[in-house]
Amino acid sequence: MSKKEWPLWEVFIRSKAGLNHKHVGSLRAADATMAVENARDVYTRRSEGISIWVVESMNIHASDPAEADSLFEPADSKVYRHPTFYDVPDGISHM
Amino acid sequence: MSTLFNYILKIGDDSLILGHRLSEWCGHGPILEEDIAMTNIALDLVGQATTLLNYAGEMEGKGRDADALAFLRFDREYRNLLLVEQPNGDFGMTMMRQFLFDAYRLPLLERLQKSSDVSLAAIAEKSLKETKYHLKHSSEWVIRLGDGTEESHRRVQDALDTLWRYTDELFQEDDAEKELVVSGVIPPMSEIREAWNANVNRVLEEATLTIPTNNWKHSGGRKGMHSEHLGYILAELQYMQRAYPNMEW
Repeated sequence: MSKKEWPLWEVFIRSKAGLNHKHVGSLRAADATMAVENARDVYTRRSEGISIWVVESMNIHASDPAEADSLFEPADSKVYRHPTFYDVPDGISHM
Repeated sequence: MSTLFNYILKIGDDSLILGHRLSEWCGHGPILEEDIAMTNIALDLVGQATTLLNYAGEMEGKGRDADALAFLRFDREYRNLLLVEQPNGDFGMTMMRQFLFDAYRLPLLERLQKSSDVSLAAIAEKSLKETKYHLKHSSEWVIRLGDGTEESHRRVQDALDTLWRYTDELFQEDDAEKELVVSGVIPPMSEIREAWNANVNRVLEEATLTIPTNNWKHSGGRKGMHSEHLGYILAELQYMQRAYPNMEW
């Protein structure tokens, strides 16, 4: 019997209309159809979602953790990029 | 309403016994994802059995509910198809058994939705959504295994050869059922067989599998004459209730 493993897939679920698909985990499947079905069985059995995306993990390109300093730290010292310097007029809620 | 009681018992027992068979895979699936898929389907079937057997109990009017019917009947009183009590075998055998059953159950439920018995129609409508997925799942596996490797093809062809002899029973109807057909409660089995044939031929062809030419067919389950396997299933299914009567958990 072949010991070759099925490819890994990343699963994204939209929990309700209007929200984004969110990454919920991964699974193994031989092809995209099987991946969607497996995702349905593994990740939506408690009514977690109304839509499923699957992406083969090999197609995801990630940033290099070793470069985290140069990528993300420069933003830390630039508080002015956050819109926190405005006085909110009275009577405006939900800000 | 004993005619309707008898009929609902049959389709309820199909769900219960097949659900039990599938649940035997729990923790033994070939991969985690499939283990969960089979357990989900098992739960769907046991849920359908609960609804159907509760309704059968109502029709009977002797105070028996789904639990009483499931746990306190002997094998000769069970009315399920021989097909659903056959052992799991390998994964190919389990998927083939599931496919042959789903392909019968789907057109049956579709037509029962229009039953003149409104309760039965409502039960069918609710179960249909689940069964559509079951058939999709089992069809895809039959195709994948049949049109897969040499070994998977051989195994699933063996499964088809073994199970084919139990498929005639799916479409047998007795005189009482013919009356139910006339009163519009259940569809004629000839219609179900036609739909089943079309679906099964299409999937088996895509799976590059050969329909066995052996015409000899088993039956008996619908009359309570079961294979030796049902006794073992009931021993496990009923043990707690038999050993500790009236226990609840």
